[in-house]
Amino acid sequence: MSARGITLYLHAHQPWRIRQYSIFDTANNHDYFAGADKQDNKAILDKVSEKSYLPMNRLLKELMNRHDDFKLSLSITGTLIEQLEQYRPDVLETFKDIVSTGKVEIVAETYYHSLAFFYDVDEFTAQVDAHRKKIQSVFGVTPKVFRNTELAYNDSLAQWADKQGYKAILAEGWDPILQWRSANYIYKPIGTDDIRLLLKNYKLSDDLAFRFSNRNWEGWPLTADTYHSWAEASIGEAPLTNLFMDYETFGEHQWDDSGIFDFFEHFVGMWHTTPNNRFYTVSEAAAADDIAGEISMPHTVTWADTERDLTAWLGNSMQHEAMHYLYDLREEVMRSNDIELISDWRKLQTSDNAYYMCTKWFSDGDVHAYFSPYDSPYDAFLYFMNTIRDMRYRLHKYHGTRRLYG
Amino acid sequence: MRLLMLGWELPPHNSGGLGVACFYMARALSRAGAKIDFVVPYTASHSQTDFMTVHNATPLQPLFKNGMGAYDSRYVIEVSKTQLAMQGLHTIRDVQHRYIEYVEDLVTSKEIDVIHAHDWLTMEAGVRAKEITGAPLVVHVHATEYDRSGHYAGGNPIVHEIEQQALMIADKIIAVSNNTKHLIVQKYGIPASKIDVIYNALDIESLAGYIHNEQTYGYISSLKKEGYTIVGAITRFTVQKGLTQLLEAMAKACSKYDKLVLLLAGDGEQRDELLRLGADLGIADKVLFTGFVRGQEWRDAFSVVDIFVMSSVSEPFGLTALEAAHHDSALILTNQSGVGEVLSNVLRYDFWDTDKLADQLVGVATSHSLRQELAENVKHEYANISWRQVASTCMALYGRLGEFSSQGRAIA
Repeated sequence: MSARGITLYLHAHQPWRIRQYSIFDTANNHDYFAGADKQDNKAILDKVSEKSYLPMNRLLKELMNRHDDFKLSLSITGTLIEQLEQYRPDVLETFKDIVSTGKVEIVAETYYHSLAFFYDVDEFTAQVDAHRKKIQSVFGVTPKVFRNTELAYNDSLAQWADKQGYKAILAEGWDPILQWRSANYIYKPIGTDDIRLLLKNYKLSDDLAFRFSNRNWEGWPLTADTYHSWAEASIGEAPLTNLFMDYETFGEHQWDDSGIFDFFEHFVGMWHTTPNNRFYTVSEAAAADDIAGEISMPHTVTWADTERDLTAWLGNSMQHEAMHYLYDLREEVMRSNDIELISDWRKLQTSDNAYYMCTKWFSDGDVHAYFSPYDSPYDAFLYFMNTIRDMRYRLHKYHGTRRLYG
Repeated sequence: MRLLMLGWELPPHNSGGLGVACFYMARALSRAGAKIDFVVPYTASHSQTDFMTVHNATPLQPLFKNGMGAYDSRYVIEVSKTQLAMQGLHTIRDVQHRYIEYVEDLVTSKEIDVIHAHDWLTMEAGVRAKEITGAPLVVHVHATEYDRSGHYAGGNPIVHEIEQQALMIADKIIAVSNNTKHLIVQKYGIPASKIDVIYNALDIESLAGYIHNEQTYGYISSLKKEGYTIVGAITRFTVQKGLTQLLEAMAKACSKYDKLVLLLAGDGEQRDELLRLGADLGIADKVLFTGFVRGQEWRDAFSVVDIFVMSSVSEPFGLTALEAAHHDSALILTNQSGVGEVLSNVLRYDFWDTDKLADQLVGVATSHSLRQELAENVKHEYANISWRQVASTCMALYGRLGEFSSQGRAIA
């Protein structure tokens, strides 16, 4: 029996949440991110650190000590690193510590967790470069595998990543695309030369990410035993299975009292009891087996919602308007050479800002799916539009680069 | 003249024009010699009202944002159940019943010459007071259910019924415009001879001592310096106000002339719909929302606006148009706004005619002289309307009613 591996990949991110920025602030204050209460970025980082980052990093370190073979991959956005540097350097140290073991591979992405690829490829490339430099300076490593924000993927993105020299790219293993094929193999994106495509096993991943603590789920309570048997059944004779999820699944989305940490610890131990069972980093996974086939995704696929598309970020007219106005500023913002202005503009690109304007679930009152620091998607849109106006004002007033409008 | 005045709100606990009109009318009446007992449905201090006795009919807190349902009866008052007195006050109807009981008690221990009830919320109490005391009842119509519902299906039938009863029983009806008078004749079948039109006024002295602070709307002030024209509506965001049509007209105007911005100052249940409509029309960055404003922010909203639009589907009067005139705005009013009856130097359109409004917006924005003429000339007009005049008209009306009712008693 040949080796079979689990590719565990965790995505860690915090946005710079915009405060309740009114028309009275516009052109008077430029402190978009100095919020209080539900928009207090430091308080939220503290909370997530205590509930998720610190206990999970402690557990990951412990598991790496216990099992020689235990490895994982991690992506950590520039906006989160910035916040950790500013507010919680102690927590950043624990990330550095696990990366320094050599058992944690860092994955490339945009610094600002943005959807820039769909608006402006130059801007997108600049943000990926910025992220790589940040990772190099903080962790001393260079990412070799790419993932886009929200796993938003299509053929042209894969072709871009191939040209950039990435070994692999991550995407959702979505049934309508795969049809008879399984996500537990290695594929090649259509129109590429060397890059490999790793697909998320969404069933096994979402059992943890979304369903683990849901008492109405038939699988609740999920034990390590049961999950182990599911993983064994899923992987069968295949070379690997890819568990991709938000890092904050551990402790923040699924709270400690749900048993997620104990569950994870037991499952990792259990996986190792079968000979030839491994853990892979994403680079190892890409080289673990031959290419099983070629895959095309002409339309963008994400890892979100039952639709697996971008409609949570770009589904309604408010989101389209807001993003259009934002990206429209690029040329002038870049020409200003104003570091603060450029940084603020890019923070506004963080996809969470568009996500907060999503009205898909708002009318159903599905507060679980709809996680937002604002009272409504309309409030999110209002505050965001005022920051756009203030950006225009700053460009106009300090740089004379544009009209106050459009 | 001993006057029992039944109202629903007074500044600073008001959410709209009703409280403002009641306050200045009562003050002018008091200066004209009336002794006024004014009943409100909540408990709060009114430091400015030493010219009359304010009675608090319930221990509820005023909710100044929704006026305890003065404008929208969907809102339910939040009740602290800890106090026995609060029990049973869940809906606007509960509050009205408590208000009626309070007025019943009050009039048994007071001599009253005339009862003056403002709008449907207090009409039943006015009718009860008339039944108990035999004093004449004046019903003052600031808005009907037709206006509040934007004429959609005639609004809430219960409210319509309350209005119908009181309008029939009233000895005299005051309408705030001919628009409103016609509505009362047509929709409620009341004879025109029973209805007097008395327009609202603007209290100029209360507007004195104000200095415009450009920083309040710093961004908009900068736009103005760049040659942008600021179109404004300062209002509650409800269907009555015709704001969706205003947005559509704005989009049309912007397609012809780009240097226009719309300031929407206020709040209301239509806000989310308006936000979305702005995005649908592709003018989201040209529509600025302030949220609910008072005090300096409210005054500065008027000051920063170049063209004030009253887009109402049905506006009995529309005091804000006079306030806008005072702050040097050019005015564009719908033909369905009563205030247009007292102003000539304004542009008018039918609320549904978004092409015409778009045309007027571009016309005023692109002609400095037109804007200036409109703004300057309308100032002469509103200055001629005063609360003192309103009070003297009311006092004469009360006097006639008094004669009538004492004759009636003598005959009986």
